[in-house]
Amino acid sequence: MIDFLLNGQPRHCEVTPDTSVLELLRETLGQTGTKEGCASGDCGACTVAIGETDADGRLHYHSANACITPAHQLHGRHLVTVEGLADRDTLHPAQAAMVACHGSQCGFCTPGIVMSLFTLHEAQRGDERQLPTPLTPQRLEAALGGNLCRCTGYRPIRDAALTMSEHPDVQHQWLDAAAPKPTAPAPDAPFAQPKTLAELVELRRRHPEARLVAGATDLWLEVTQRLERFERLIDVTRVTELNRIEVTTLDDGREGWWIGGAVTYSRLEPWLEAQYEPFAHLLHRLGSAQIRNRGTLGGNIANASPIGDTPPVLLALGARLWLTGPDGERELPLDDFFVDYKQTALRKGETIRAVFLPRPDTERTLKVWKLSKRREDDISAVLGAFAWTLDDGVLRDVRLAFGGMAAIPKRAHAAEAALEGQPPTPAAFQAARLALGDDYQPMSDVRGSAHYRQLSAANLLERLRLVMAQETTDSPREVMLHAYAH
Amino acid sequence: MRTLTKLDAPSRETTDLDDATTRVREEQRGRIKGDGPLARDAQPHTAVSHQHAQAHESAVKHVTGRAAYIDDLKAPADCLHLALGLSPVAHGRLTRLDLDKVRAIPGVVDVVGFHDVPGHTDIGPVFPGDPIFVDEAISYAGQVLFAVAAESHRAAREAVQAAVVEIDEQPASLDPVAAAERGEFVRPTHVQQSGDLEQALAEAAHVIEAEQFVGGQEHFYLEGQACLVQPTEDEGVIVHTSNQHPSETQKLVAEVLGIPFHAVTVEVRRMGGGFGGKETQASPWACIAALVARRTGRATRVRLPRAEDMRVTGKRHPFHNRYRLGIDAAGVIQGGEITVIGDCGYSPDLSEAIVDRAMFHSDNVYSLGAARVTGHRARTHTASNTAFRGFGGPQGMMVIEAAMDEIARRIGEDPLTVRKRNFYRPGRQTTHYGQQVDQIALLEELVEQLEASSDYWARRQTITAFNAESPVIKRGLALTPVKFGISFTAKHLNQAGALLHVYTDGSVQINHGGTEMGQGLHTKICQVVARELGLDLATVRITATRTDKVPNTSPTAASSGADLNGQAARDACVRLKQRLFDFAHEHLYTDQGLDREDMRLEAGHLVAGHGESERRIPWGELVQAAYLNRISLSEKGFYATPLIHYDRATGQGRPFYYYAFGAAVAEVSVDTLTGEYQVDRVDILHDVGDSLNPAIDLGQVEGGFIQGMGWLTSEELKWNEAGRLLSDGPATYKIPTFGDLPPVFNVQLLEGHPNSMASIYRSKAVGEPPFMLGMAVWSALRDALASLADYREAPRLDTPATPERVLLAAEALRARHSDWPPVGRSDTP
Repeated sequence: MIDFLLNGQPRHCEVTPDTSVLELLRETLGQTGTKEGCASGDCGACTVAIGETDADGRLHYHSANACITPAHQLHGRHLVTVEGLADRDTLHPAQAAMVACHGSQCGFCTPGIVMSLFTLHEAQRGDERQLPTPLTPQRLEAALGGNLCRCTGYRPIRDAALTMSEHPDVQHQWLDAAAPKPTAPAPDAPFAQPKTLAELVELRRRHPEARLVAGATDLWLEVTQRLERFERLIDVTRVTELNRIEVTTLDDGREGWWIGGAVTYSRLEPWLEAQYEPFAHLLHRLGSAQIRNRGTLGGNIANASPIGDTPPVLLALGARLWLTGPDGERELPLDDFFVDYKQTALRKGETIRAVFLPRPDTERTLKVWKLSKRREDDISAVLGAFAWTLDDGVLRDVRLAFGGMAAIPKRAHAAEAALEGQPPTPAAFQAARLALGDDYQPMSDVRGSAHYRQLSAANLLERLRLVMAQETTDSPREVMLHAYAH
Repeated sequence: MRTLTKLDAPSRETTDLDDATTRVREEQRGRIKGDGPLARDAQPHTAVSHQHAQAHESAVKHVTGRAAYIDDLKAPADCLHLALGLSPVAHGRLTRLDLDKVRAIPGVVDVVGFHDVPGHTDIGPVFPGDPIFVDEAISYAGQVLFAVAAESHRAAREAVQAAVVEIDEQPASLDPVAAAERGEFVRPTHVQQSGDLEQALAEAAHVIEAEQFVGGQEHFYLEGQACLVQPTEDEGVIVHTSNQHPSETQKLVAEVLGIPFHAVTVEVRRMGGGFGGKETQASPWACIAALVARRTGRATRVRLPRAEDMRVTGKRHPFHNRYRLGIDAAGVIQGGEITVIGDCGYSPDLSEAIVDRAMFHSDNVYSLGAARVTGHRARTHTASNTAFRGFGGPQGMMVIEAAMDEIARRIGEDPLTVRKRNFYRPGRQTTHYGQQVDQIALLEELVEQLEASSDYWARRQTITAFNAESPVIKRGLALTPVKFGISFTAKHLNQAGALLHVYTDGSVQINHGGTEMGQGLHTKICQVVARELGLDLATVRITATRTDKVPNTSPTAASSGADLNGQAARDACVRLKQRLFDFAHEHLYTDQGLDREDMRLEAGHLVAGHGESERRIPWGELVQAAYLNRISLSEKGFYATPLIHYDRATGQGRPFYYYAFGAAVAEVSVDTLTGEYQVDRVDILHDVGDSLNPAIDLGQVEGGFIQGMGWLTSEELKWNEAGRLLSDGPATYKIPTFGDLPPVFNVQLLEGHPNSMASIYRSKAVGEPPFMLGMAVWSALRDALASLADYREAPRLDTPATPERVLLAAEALRARHSDWPPVGRSDTP
């Protein structure tokens, strides 16, 4: 049983653990304005807005792909769909602007686009004490990059985003209303939503067969694409400990933060802007807003995909994991976590509680470069993450990690060795590029050939050399495209 | 006795009569006469502020979620859901298909296969070759073996997995070039020839020769294939379908069921995108659902999950092209040979006409001189490739645009200079298939305007200077033109019908044979009717396309929707108008009489006479008077395109009523270390004649460009060695997204050039032509890469030009033209 507000109306529904928000809307509630385009979270046609209250008691709306969002996660939330925006015949600014700008052609992606515009509009409205953030190209891309449109070519949609504030606002009372106080689900509910780590550990002990779910951005493909059924799921998104970002000092004296396993990319993005800008920039290109609003750092690591975006960066930064399991807690360097294709060092019943990120060291530099067919919302063909210290003209503590080059996210130890202790000369980097042949034997797949992967990974090291040279010589020459550099 | 609705609307009009009258009068006077029956607007339009720039008729429904697509339609509670059993292998023989376990699964109501079909089992749209279900021969991975009908979509999909399928797998033929060499064709080879090409080649200053691969394209309509079929009380069905060709679906459903066509009604309100992918390939699902609906007596729904949709349906044809052209010292083509091989997949589908259109467009805007163009239709073990915006035209144009870049490098001139030298021009005005290109001055003016507005030459200098200094980032610039022939090349399809009803409250309903897939056709048709009848757009409503309203229609394809159906709707209006004028002349104001000459409908009135003697009768009153006098208020219209013909025996004729033109300038930056690139700026000038609706036309131009750019850049179809499609979803198949919109995107419609032919209000078709503007991006990428060879070589760059292809092209050039140390290649296992 779940309780939520649908466009301001209280709803009380019985759903199975593997029911998606989209199925609930279209099949149970007969609300067909929200469309299914792909059932894999890649097209945005099913975009809805979910409102939840933050720690300060403020209600925030974020966009999500209804096709891969578990219906149970609506419990105690607001769900806003395209049917709820207009006030009788008065269109919401997101809608009015789309009409005025001729932003719909076939109209099938339009409800999703309207909902992404709605969340952007809400974010702009946001906190009255703050001025709205300017709608920069980057901001628009971030808000709309997850909504595919096959008809318009996006120009009129861009215009709609830029002009919606000129249309009179439609302010439903219920937009700011408190969500229904969720009744606590029965402890043995098939979709369990523990609030503390202790509860989580206990649930996992009692139900070792249950799968964990957070953003469901990958897990739900098993339902929609492979027709798996989940009898029992444990939702980690409401576990307090997994949502914290805490300052810490490790036993070895390193200072940094423990980032909870259920912290979403969207929450990390602004935080990382201040700490590790290149990492933040990578997150801007990870999935879409709808995915970043739901996907978690812990999920990306535990998933152990060889083409996951964050693991190479975390490897380059020397991240550590804090694991909680039935036998207590332990720490593990991320270097030791990925064992083989989709296999990790996680023991039975263990959960990634937090990920350690060291405090940025002014002497160290991080570069993160992702290669994909499409700049936005695409999966890496190759991802390189590089960290080093330049000490008296010599490279120290060089950490080079790649995704897409092996069965696991993996450091390039041979290439690292070729650079370690060397000045950043063309010869040293040529040696490192050749050494990559020892580090990796990539495979060919739909995202790129083995040859391309080997070649472009080697060329990323050449880019690295050029960037270092640029930084030391103040050369004005561009060594990478600004679209990829922002 | 029937009472008529009280009208209050007409008096509303009279309050601002003077303004309206003045405006309409001016408009009337401003019209110029063409050589056909249709006058044109004299007012130039400025895009969206133009009087005809109406919003899409469904815009408000789109943004509120009220616009219903097939899967949104309410169905009876006992509606069945279909799922398909697909072949996992590309080529083989089905040796066992045991569906007993499928039938036994709870929720399963019916299971159908080849032997359950009462009528035709071949549903090939034009030529035979498409079995509704596999009997024995399996021809592609994704071919339909059987279908399951169950109480829920999920139950049907799960049940499919219980089938026992045994297949004697055979090696799949996946290489169209090898297939062509072995003579494996779905249709015979066709040749178009003009002049003595051997002589032209022998006398040429240079001969250029190259080959290219042009990739296919997935339609990626956002609404996948879907239909809902309801059995009727007699032997028939009503089919709701997302479909560009309702009449063909009607025919195929009737044939599969073995019933007369009149027992089948097909309805299409709108599609969530079509792009050609629902011209022939929407029918199979309707046929299968109709079969189940008749067998069970229950409404039956199909919606293909995205991955299945992508595996089962055909795509834009990949092409392998070759050319050998003789040029003079100035780079002007004297003659030569072009061969195109279309990868048709396993069956003919529309491939005959698609490869023909590639041949018709292998000249683009350039005179080929003495040329022979040969088109092969290779058979391979993939889904049957089909219509997709441009219909082979884009793949054909890629040959000659590749050649233009090649010629430019060979003779050391700017590619734009070379392109302009080769344009159709006085004395070289006839295509290789014998049609005269009549608007050559328009082309020249269009390109000159764009050259100036895009600042082509100054930017060329800047870019050349930048590239000389920049070792990694290289910038490229290209202007590519488009000439696209408008008409179905199958002559009989160039006809259309419309049905016009006027009701006694004065409201008007129009129906026609075209379908709405987002292109704004219904909006344009409503505008035509409103304009002809002098009414507000709100007075005219369009209804879903239905085979029982307008029969025997052509597909909404070949960019022809507004051209054909607009004329048919206008024809209906003109006929009704004449009848109302005759009636008014004979029956109204009988004391003084109304002047029959120059009687007109404007601003919601019938107006007769001028000045002192002018009489105005509100539309509603006119209509009610006509009704009470037993005058029919319903009319049908018809149109058939004149003048067109083509003789396949000689490869000569005039297949196109007219040509639409356009040109684009694209600037790109390429990272030659990684192959990443960005499109920095695009300028477009496109010819739509006198626009029917500039806002909608602009949308078609912009959307077409972006879709064309996607085709040539990020949209990569990949199959494995066994012929299974790997890129079967948006996670692996990347259409352009928001960030691919160029930061500078100047798009204009060419003004002051009405269609030279008597098209509807002198407009031009706009659906397909802008698609090919995307070639500018590809050519600009080649230009950027050519800088690595100091512009002495045009690199081979097959499409889609993914970062991988761009990087490999850059590496190949560097290997030949610089001392850049070899990277990667030598240390690749």
